[in-house]
Amino acid sequence: MCLAVPGRVVEIDGKRAMIDYGGTKRSANISMVDAKVGDYVVVHAGFAIEIMDEKSAKEVIREFEEMMDKLEL
Amino acid sequence: MFRYRDKALAERIIREIKDFDRHFTFMHVCGTHQDTLVRHGLDSLFKEANVEIRQGPGCPVCVTTQKEIEEAMALAKAGKTVVSYGDMMRVPGNTGTLNDIKSKGGDVRIVYSAEDAVAIARKTGKDTVFLGVGFETTAPGTAAILLDNPPENLSVLSFHRFTPPALKAIIDMGEVKLDGLIEPGHVSTIVGVKAWEFLTKDYGISQVVAGFEPIDLLMATYMLARQVVRGEPKIENEYSRLVKYEGNIRAQSALREVFRTVDVSWRGFPTLPDSGMELKKEFDGHNARLLFEDVLEPVWKTEFRDPPGCRCGDVLRGVIDSTECPLFGKACIPSNPIGPCMVSTEGSCNIMYRYGRKGVGP
Repeated sequence: MCLAVPGRVVEIDGKRAMIDYGGTKRSANISMVDAKVGDYVVVHAGFAIEIMDEKSAKEVIREFEEMMDKLEL
Repeated sequence: MFRYRDKALAERIIREIKDFDRHFTFMHVCGTHQDTLVRHGLDSLFKEANVEIRQGPGCPVCVTTQKEIEEAMALAKAGKTVVSYGDMMRVPGNTGTLNDIKSKGGDVRIVYSAEDAVAIARKTGKDTVFLGVGFETTAPGTAAILLDNPPENLSVLSFHRFTPPALKAIIDMGEVKLDGLIEPGHVSTIVGVKAWEFLTKDYGISQVVAGFEPIDLLMATYMLARQVVRGEPKIENEYSRLVKYEGNIRAQSALREVFRTVDVSWRGFPTLPDSGMELKKEFDGHNARLLFEDVLEPVWKTEFRDPPGCRCGDVLRGVIDSTECPLFGKACIPSNPIGPCMVSTEGSCNIMYRYGRKGVGP
């Protein structure tokens, strides 16, 4: 039920946006987020619930790896 | 895009957890977490690392009570158009399922989004009841349609629930000794990290908000284990690429605008205070429980029991593993489910069966 899928905003028309899920496009309601074209949003049951923070995502991965490297010493 | 499935990293995390050299029992409350755990075989990896992870009440369809399912069926039998997310269709109430009613000519429709219910109501002009099933992730969609000038013939039968009260109940009941909680990433996207803080403050339990890739769950489990070993319970956010401390403020205010908290029963639980979402007075004209009181009253007066032998309630409280239920994979299979935990694709029993745990299954 709480499955949510990330996709890229390709077109915005008011509170609706066309979202590209790796090739498959589907419209979603974006009224709960401040999305711009190009943003990755996570969509649940037709509503974008948040914008994915790509920078934070990359940082987390780097942190994981750094932490793991430290642990191995 | 990102290396969330990196095998070498996974192996390193498991090794680190093993090196803690102690047993941990954690609980998550999300069907999607259970799917990741079982689909990728993480449950077996964790067992080797002496970590046991139980699924708690993290399946909205599963925690819906017999009475609520009967409410939906009564409305469908009375000729209303009942609109629902797919998982509800096959959940057995005491007198059958919504699917049974549909097969006998009832107007029961499956939708992907709450907005589809609005479209159906506008198109048909008939009394259309949307079943509001789901936790904080799903409820904002229901709130959104009610806040957006809905057609008069559209009403909502709200089964929406808040998750933190259920976790509090699990700790209060003390049936399972838990070392930590893996908090659901998409519920947390809405409610924020802040919604869980009271559990650490009041009970001293470790918590990590986690995403849904295998590496997310491995990492969250490692972070929990590290908190336990260090004796420093707190709440950490592993899913920071999506979840903010404050959560989604806009969704929270939509929820506050539309819903009031009520005490509701959950399958397997006693009545949990302030855990239910009922429409506020301003939305009386769209509240199916008020509009169709005459249809629902007989249901409210009836005492319903869970299906005999079904241990879905025990599974939902994390007291037993699905495979410990005597019906699992025998009398109860996805094509002939006895209880909701085997119906919903988010239910622990359904997931365990689909991925063939304990040699039972396809």
